[in-house]
Amino acid sequence: MLTYTLRRLLVSIPVIVASTFVVFLLVTMAGDPLAGLKGRNPPPSPQVIAVEEQRLHLDEPPLQRYWTWITGVARGDFGPSVRTNVDIGHEVAARFGVTLRLVAVAVLLALVLAVVVGVISAVKQYSGIDYGFTFAAFLFLSMPSFWFAVLLKQGGISLNNLLGDQVVYTIGDRSVIVEGGAWAQLADTAGHMVLPTISLALLSFGAWSRFQRASMLDVLNSDYVLFARAKGLSRRRVIVRHALRTALIPMTTVTALDFATLISGAVITETVFQWRGLGEFLVTSVNQRDAYAVLAWLLVIAVAVIVFNLIADLLYALLDPRIRHE
Amino acid sequence: MSEHTEAAPRPPSSAQPAAAVRRRSQGELVLRRFLRHKAAVTSLVLFVAVVLLAFAGGALWRYDYADITSAVSQPPSLEHPFGTDNLGHDTFAQVLRGTQRSVEIALLIAFLAGLVGTLWGAFSGYYRGITDSVMMRIADLVLTLPLLAVAAVLTRATNGSWWFVALVIAALQWAYVSRVVRGVVLSLREKEYIEASRALGATDRWIIFRHLIPNALGPIIVNVTILVAAAILVETALSFLGLGVQPPDTSLGLLVSEADTAVSTRPWLFYFPGAFIVVIALSINFIGDGLRDAFDPTQRKARS
Repeated sequence: MLTYTLRRLLVSIPVIVASTFVVFLLVTMAGDPLAGLKGRNPPPSPQVIAVEEQRLHLDEPPLQRYWTWITGVARGDFGPSVRTNVDIGHEVAARFGVTLRLVAVAVLLALVLAVVVGVISAVKQYSGIDYGFTFAAFLFLSMPSFWFAVLLKQGGISLNNLLGDQVVYTIGDRSVIVEGGAWAQLADTAGHMVLPTISLALLSFGAWSRFQRASMLDVLNSDYVLFARAKGLSRRRVIVRHALRTALIPMTTVTALDFATLISGAVITETVFQWRGLGEFLVTSVNQRDAYAVLAWLLVIAVAVIVFNLIADLLYALLDPRIRHE
Repeated sequence: MSEHTEAAPRPPSSAQPAAAVRRRSQGELVLRRFLRHKAAVTSLVLFVAVVLLAFAGGALWRYDYADITSAVSQPPSLEHPFGTDNLGHDTFAQVLRGTQRSVEIALLIAFLAGLVGTLWGAFSGYYRGITDSVMMRIADLVLTLPLLAVAAVLTRATNGSWWFVALVIAALQWAYVSRVVRGVVLSLREKEYIEASRALGATDRWIIFRHLIPNALGPIIVNVTILVAAAILVETALSFLGLGVQPPDTSLGLLVSEADTAVSTRPWLFYFPGAFIVVIALSINFIGDGLRDAFDPTQRKARS
């Protein structure tokens, strides 16, 4: 198991290098990061521009710049940002925390909902409730995330107006100033999380509940479940103890895989609710042609994808004794 | 040889009564099963209606999407069924035009990604070994590239015409299709009829194009259909972030994005284009579901 893990991690290093290299070339080709500085009025002196170019390694050829970056990363240095006041390493770490908080809670919520709905749907296949859940799942599957998020935001504003009090927050990941102790802090954070979490969770819920339904149907049709019923166990006991436990195994894999995707996919939710998370960081960095910042973002996402892929495979082997990684 | 295939019994279809045995082609069977899926058929009708409305209706409607009328920020009325924006554009005309663009982009993405993904996956799965490893590592690499970053960079660099947006998205989506096709081909290539074909002296190309791809067509069609729905959502999301279709052209995502700030004052600008996205994506997803059941009826039976 340990050698398997190590081998998987080693194999993924070339993929990360190739991926960052392609993105580096793309961002470099996109334009001059100093265009904003050069376009300033009155124009800055050539010395100022030269100093900036040197700071950003722009005076070096692209291949060498990439080399500078990747050797720097090995030492924990993520390179200079176009924005002079930003330390890329610190910034990405802080934003990763913000995004992770959002995604983790949303995944948990989506998972619980999806399992409950999926199992009910499967047990009552082709009933009215199954068709209702199916339609709901397809609806969320077909909902543009930004539209749904704005819709929720409007709903939140109406709710606040209706109650005449700020119950849920519609902007930002926390208030700038919170009066009171740790309890007030927590309440404030929670109030900011409600809408973005719901928005993110329901979008994953669509696909996951369908998946759980299919997996549950698969198990319900298997011979050992028929046998369990035949030997006289109650329907409830068979469903909960025998069928559900097996039907959850594929779901763990899907969740682990989607978790990583959601970390990069939360960008729309973050944009709409104006969270200062990883997504907003990427959009700003791309707009500023901040190549090193984009690469740092990519690095975080790539590592998350690899780690969660690995977790998915290891969990699978752990839960299903038929699968063993040599 | 031909006499032998004529006489060969077809696998019996469970739905047919024994008395009225008639030979049905595979395509006929799939079509019959699809037509029995009510949600899918309704969705197909709905989707065709929306597309017709967008393309034919857009041409016939009394306003063009670029027309500036004297009615400014009007709520929906008989004259302007979806209202007007703050410049006097007729929102109905804009939504129709946006639908055209979004549907065109989504179909182009599905076609390109489906074509490249199918060929890539089929060759990779058929040849296996080193070819397979190299081709699949390339697909993995493509899957790691963040769409947002790639689209952002390329759209900025080229002023994003609609077909370019489609090209960028397709360039990242084909890898999903290729993985699915590879999986199917890996199991198909071990079947006896492939062995037989090879023994008869068939070339690799013949086997891939005449046996493997046609037999993998079911999963391919299903996945490409669902890809159309995904593509609509991706395109509109990119346009919403300002990284997709650029003005003066328009798409449903761009319309929603422009209406984002006006959602409480002129809600019709926001709700109509969004509702069109949902209807299109929803109907395509249901069509995909119907196709999946039609191609693989074994998935639908239930016992307990």
